[in-house]
Amino acid sequence: MSNVKHAIKLNYDTEWEYAPAPESTDHISLKDRYDLFIGGEFVAPKSGVYFDTINPANEKILASVAQAGAADVDRAVKAARGAYENVWSKMKPAERGKFIYRIARIIQERAREFAVIESMDGGKPIRESRDVDVPLAAAHFFYYAGWADKLDYAFPHKTPKPLGVAGQIIPWNFPLLMAAWKIAPALACGNTVVLKPAETTPLTAMKLAEVIQAADLPPGVVNIITGDGSTGASIVDHDGIDKIAFTGSTDVGKIIQRAVAGGDKKYTLELGGKAANIIFDDAPIDQAVEGVVNAIFFNQGHVCCAGSRLLVQESVAEEVVTKLKERMQTLIVGDPMDKNTDIGAINSAAQLERINAYLELGQKEGAAMYQAGGKTPKKGYWCRPTLFTDVSQSHRVVREEIFGPVLAIQTFRTLDEAVTKANNTQYGLSGGVWTDKGAKIFKVGQKIRAGVIWANTFNKFDPTSPFGGYKESGVGREGGLHGLSAYLNLH
Amino acid sequence: MTQTAPRTETIAPAPDHVVSVDQVGIEERVARLGSRSIKKSSKVQALKLILSQIDLTTLEGQDTPGKVRQLCHKAMSLHDTLPDIPHVAAVCVYPMMVAEAKKALGDSGIHIASVATAFPSGMATTQAKLDEIKLAVAEGADEIDMVISRGKFLQGEYQAVFDEIVLCKEACGDAHLKVILETGELGTLDRVRHASDLAMHAGADFIKTSTGKIQPAATLPVTLVMLQAIRDYYYETGRMVGMKPAGGISKAKLAIQYLVTLRETLGEAWMTPEWFRFGASSLANDVLMQLQKQQTGVYQSGDYFSKD
Repeated sequence: MSNVKHAIKLNYDTEWEYAPAPESTDHISLKDRYDLFIGGEFVAPKSGVYFDTINPANEKILASVAQAGAADVDRAVKAARGAYENVWSKMKPAERGKFIYRIARIIQERAREFAVIESMDGGKPIRESRDVDVPLAAAHFFYYAGWADKLDYAFPHKTPKPLGVAGQIIPWNFPLLMAAWKIAPALACGNTVVLKPAETTPLTAMKLAEVIQAADLPPGVVNIITGDGSTGASIVDHDGIDKIAFTGSTDVGKIIQRAVAGGDKKYTLELGGKAANIIFDDAPIDQAVEGVVNAIFFNQGHVCCAGSRLLVQESVAEEVVTKLKERMQTLIVGDPMDKNTDIGAINSAAQLERINAYLELGQKEGAAMYQAGGKTPKKGYWCRPTLFTDVSQSHRVVREEIFGPVLAIQTFRTLDEAVTKANNTQYGLSGGVWTDKGAKIFKVGQKIRAGVIWANTFNKFDPTSPFGGYKESGVGREGGLHGLSAYLNLH
Repeated sequence: MTQTAPRTETIAPAPDHVVSVDQVGIEERVARLGSRSIKKSSKVQALKLILSQIDLTTLEGQDTPGKVRQLCHKAMSLHDTLPDIPHVAAVCVYPMMVAEAKKALGDSGIHIASVATAFPSGMATTQAKLDEIKLAVAEGADEIDMVISRGKFLQGEYQAVFDEIVLCKEACGDAHLKVILETGELGTLDRVRHASDLAMHAGADFIKTSTGKIQPAATLPVTLVMLQAIRDYYYETGRMVGMKPAGGISKAKLAIQYLVTLRETLGEAWMTPEWFRFGASSLANDVLMQLQKQQTGVYQSGDYFSKD
């Protein structure tokens, strides 16, 4: 074991620097204005209102998008209902599968364009949108396309039937990927869809609408309407909707639960998290440190299953924190379009304000704050990777979801103490265990009350794997077989 | 893992704690480092740094004094038509060729590295190995590249491996000792880490991946594990140890990935020929070709670069 006996600092401010390596944006086409995608065509909103979506890395306006009002939502739901009754529910399942495969293939063909637009609109590094968001989105369509004509085998001795029209409301952290998570299983099961992307990241959803047009889906099977929270509320409240699928904050999740209480609408909710990574003293420390970096700094920490807490066994705590701080110095914060960027822009001014409020609060609470990552650009919304040490379970930066690149570190002595601390949260979406002992992985994994536990890795996603939360992290599962059942009546 | 019981001739105890390495994690980190995009001025700077870190090597049974002289000339003047090109760090030869290399290199500042200790197999008595080191040093070698006894290491005789390195270090005198782990024969990254720790604690000035005679030779995962071992040893003792990946690095693009790995693991202090070397024979020409291309925009035929 390496003991940090010498107060030595490694210097990562090297004479040899990486030159800028920006991804080209010449190959994309963006319209100045996007209308609503209803019934297979782009239509102006009845409200007549449009709002701008900006690039959070430079605050420049990318396009304006329509604000769907209650009348527009009604129109979209009616289009979806018509398509459900007349076409989609009657189509042979194998034919439905073909359409979904087609969407998957077109996304793959346009992967580069999708990646660039995702990074421009949302601020995430091009490395992530290129290597994670877009390939995973295509993978979800491919995966669920395969299930379309095999539902009877997915649920033996049951008669799976679609629910009808699904209203789907998605967040701004993985705009295209969340659209794929929602649309792919819904279509495979024979439902039609009204989807609303987040206000700050509507563009890849509108590009997806173009893909759906190009794939020749019957009009009305997928409707994509843009707008703010009021549009979402209109979807939730609409009588013509059979199922609500929502990913977003726990606060809004609670509002949705109240709204649908007592009615017939089915719902799945994918909400917040405050996951703990637990590093035991027998863990491969360097790889654990790397895993913690991926857990909290991936996508600027805008990840509901982010490992935003670190619990480290006391005998290796000093080593882990030292190495973590050094590793953070090599993280490159800046232009999301640069292929070398590790941490891009914070998604919006509002989110940056929220994160900064927590940074202030943490210090006010008496926590020690450490930041790395060098200078940030003048324009745009930026937050350097941040650690809080000297914190306890009662600190608000330990209890509350910050949704930014901010990690709170605590130590523990025994396995039971680690488990108690990990579970002492209102959330339960994910968790991480780092140890060289297989038996310990199972022992701890069984005790952590969370939907996903990663062992010696973190933030691994696959369409075959169910994902969802315990406690206030949500209701229901997405992905895998579980994700199908959320869009079916199984009687 | 336990070490074998200390024996009477033990010089100092080998480190007893074996640090575990997660292979999947290492490979992911290597992939991430490999995605760094190095362009333009940054690339030119890297290429020149690589040239200055090369141990230009010839280790063939058919080596001749003439070939060694030719190699030494190349070491001193890599490609005179390109401006501002550094010379390589060292030439690496067999002990029998050290005197010839010394004569050819003169006071150029280029070091002479000599393999020793029954390279590449290490199948000889400790005394024979020490005698060979002393011969090479007496002939003028500045650096000795020894091989560890892989047989003993794999049998679990860690203390014996450790003791032998200690004796070799003593035999080197003022010459620097590079310890070749021959990672292609060790089988796991855990063993690479263990052997690295043994070598450094026994006094190695450099740790080196491979002889180049065994496949796989240097790889990025193995190099990352060794760099992490160097960092931990530095934290623990305050002593810097150098790193030399050797064998199989023949393209500039791959060499740049090694530099990226070095930069983001150990940082600025190691980014010099004093602390990082490439053991390679054909790498230099590919780097030169890339430098020429950065200047002219086109690749030249390999025939424009001397093959030595």
